[in-house]
Amino acid sequence: MAPFFTNLHTMNRVDFTPEAKALMDELRDFHGPLMFHQSGGCCDGSSPMCFPLDEFKVGASDVYLGAVDGAPFYMSASQFEYWKHTHLTLHITPGRGSSFSLEIPTGKRFLIQSRLLSHEEIEALPEPRLGKQH
Amino acid sequence: MSEVFNRPELKESYGNYINGAFVAPVDGHYFDVTTPIDGSVITKVPRSNAKDVEAALDAAHAAYATWKDSSVTERSNMLLKIADIVEANHHALAAVETLDNGKSIRETVFADIALVIDHFRYFAGVIRAEEGSVSELDATTVSVNIKEPIGVVAQIIPWNFPLLMAAWKIAPALAAGNCVIVKPAEQTPVSICAFMELVGHLIPAGVLNVIHGFGPEAGKPLAQSPRVHKVAFTGETTTGRLIMQYASENLNPVTMELGGKSPNIFFPSVMDADDEYLNKAVEGAVMFALNQGEVCTCPSRILVHEDIYDAFMAKVVERTNAIKMGSPFDMSTMMGAQASEDQFNKIMNYIDIGKEEGAEVLCGGGAAELGGDLNSGYYIQPTILKGHNKMRVFQEEIFGPVTCVTTFKTTEEALEIANDTLYGLGAGVWTRDAHEAYQVPRAIEAGRVWVNCYHAYPAHAPFGGYKQSGFGRETHLMMLNHYRQNKNLLISYDKNALGFF
Repeated sequence: MAPFFTNLHTMNRVDFTPEAKALMDELRDFHGPLMFHQSGGCCDGSSPMCFPLDEFKVGASDVYLGAVDGAPFYMSASQFEYWKHTHLTLHITPGRGSSFSLEIPTGKRFLIQSRLLSHEEIEALPEPRLGKQH
Repeated sequence: MSEVFNRPELKESYGNYINGAFVAPVDGHYFDVTTPIDGSVITKVPRSNAKDVEAALDAAHAAYATWKDSSVTERSNMLLKIADIVEANHHALAAVETLDNGKSIRETVFADIALVIDHFRYFAGVIRAEEGSVSELDATTVSVNIKEPIGVVAQIIPWNFPLLMAAWKIAPALAAGNCVIVKPAEQTPVSICAFMELVGHLIPAGVLNVIHGFGPEAGKPLAQSPRVHKVAFTGETTTGRLIMQYASENLNPVTMELGGKSPNIFFPSVMDADDEYLNKAVEGAVMFALNQGEVCTCPSRILVHEDIYDAFMAKVVERTNAIKMGSPFDMSTMMGAQASEDQFNKIMNYIDIGKEEGAEVLCGGGAAELGGDLNSGYYIQPTILKGHNKMRVFQEEIFGPVTCVTTFKTTEEALEIANDTLYGLGAGVWTRDAHEAYQVPRAIEAGRVWVNCYHAYPAHAPFGGYKQSGFGRETHLMMLNHYRQNKNLLISYDKNALGFF
């Protein structure tokens, strides 16, 4: 696996940890290709939701942030306004989530860890596109 | 010495509740339920799938054939008896709720279960007084409006007030004459099992069914079913969209409540006197800690006028530091456990994000070490962060005992900050000034504005959100219309043809 953040020109807005990839591999065996949408709101909100690819309809109010191990990662455009200065890393935590995210039955839950992007990184990253990009 | 409740004994497992009885899941799979008080396993419930959902739908449809013709008196009396039985078992149900959700017994006794009882009584009352309408449109044409139940409804319940959130949905649906299938949150499936054990015999078989399971396995076939006529949901935004999508496949109506980032606004007149009202206002600010902050309307942003900031916040911080944490079964405990490990980690993450964004920690800021068995539970110190409204901690729902404070100079600025959010569920306005008390709430884009109070959810005050907080209003008779259709009879007494054909 290539190290992250070595080259601003190949930098992603969203990356993933080996643990997240392992969970994705486990889910892919059963469900096929995956996608993510970052949720807001109460209960299981402020968390990434994992669905089979195309299960969740994205549109002109969503931005495409990139792919995590091949799975497209989206967020609502209005929410992205507050996230645009952060870098996201998809990780996992033990726990019992309660939404429709695919990993809920496994006793693990996807989680986003984030850090502030530096000024140079923000300049280097292209503006994400709206709507379905996969 | 305060009262300490005993930890309730649960059965080794519970079933789904279908057609008037507890039944095992078709494929026989269960999942463990843990308590966040100490992380231990407390019981098992069915890991249902589409087959169990179909069985519930069969029961609900069979029951609906006669239930739709039940009289309001019959339905009202059923709801009243349910309330009486919950009341007779008030403390027992409260203890089960505390065990499953982790909140303090003080809250389950005085808030959750108390409100459940009243909710059934409220809807039992309103339906007896309802009427349709009749209009004579002209001398020979009469229009008659009759409200009919919508049919079989699906309700997906959150984990923050498990039995209360179920009651908010079940009571109006049953009152209006529908048959119901409830999917409780997988984190907190126990209190509804205890509830059904107590009241199931009052409800005709198939009228109310409970299917346990995971969202993608049990929630999806339920929300997506063409045999369901309406879907109700409380939870997060992405899941809300997904459920709307599933319901749209069948052109089904939906109602949903999706969260908030509610501002609690304190105007200068609050500090005009050091009296009981100021004491109430200080408590109002500390309300972010109620239910460990796991409330869609958590007052997670404190907006204080800069002139009173120092004096007011000194009192708020002092009151926050005095919050007693401890065993949730102790009646003197004010704040209990967060509902699960992943919630705990998510909240801790946000505290870190706040610090990274430059917020100042006024109190709290980390996990709470309570000692003994509680060390394996999920406890967080009540935390106040000072910053500005563009920070992520001011915009995203943390759903924990964390509030963020900022100041304002003018009413216009307060409103601008208050409304600068994706959500519009709740808000609090604190002032002694009669003009501010009306004009500020009218300018806030939220469905519930508490004026000189907070976190009150009495029946007959409609509750629901603007913007990304969802739509539909609960806890009021207007919710009945979301569970009904209007049947219009247009009757002609004119014996003559129109002359067209």
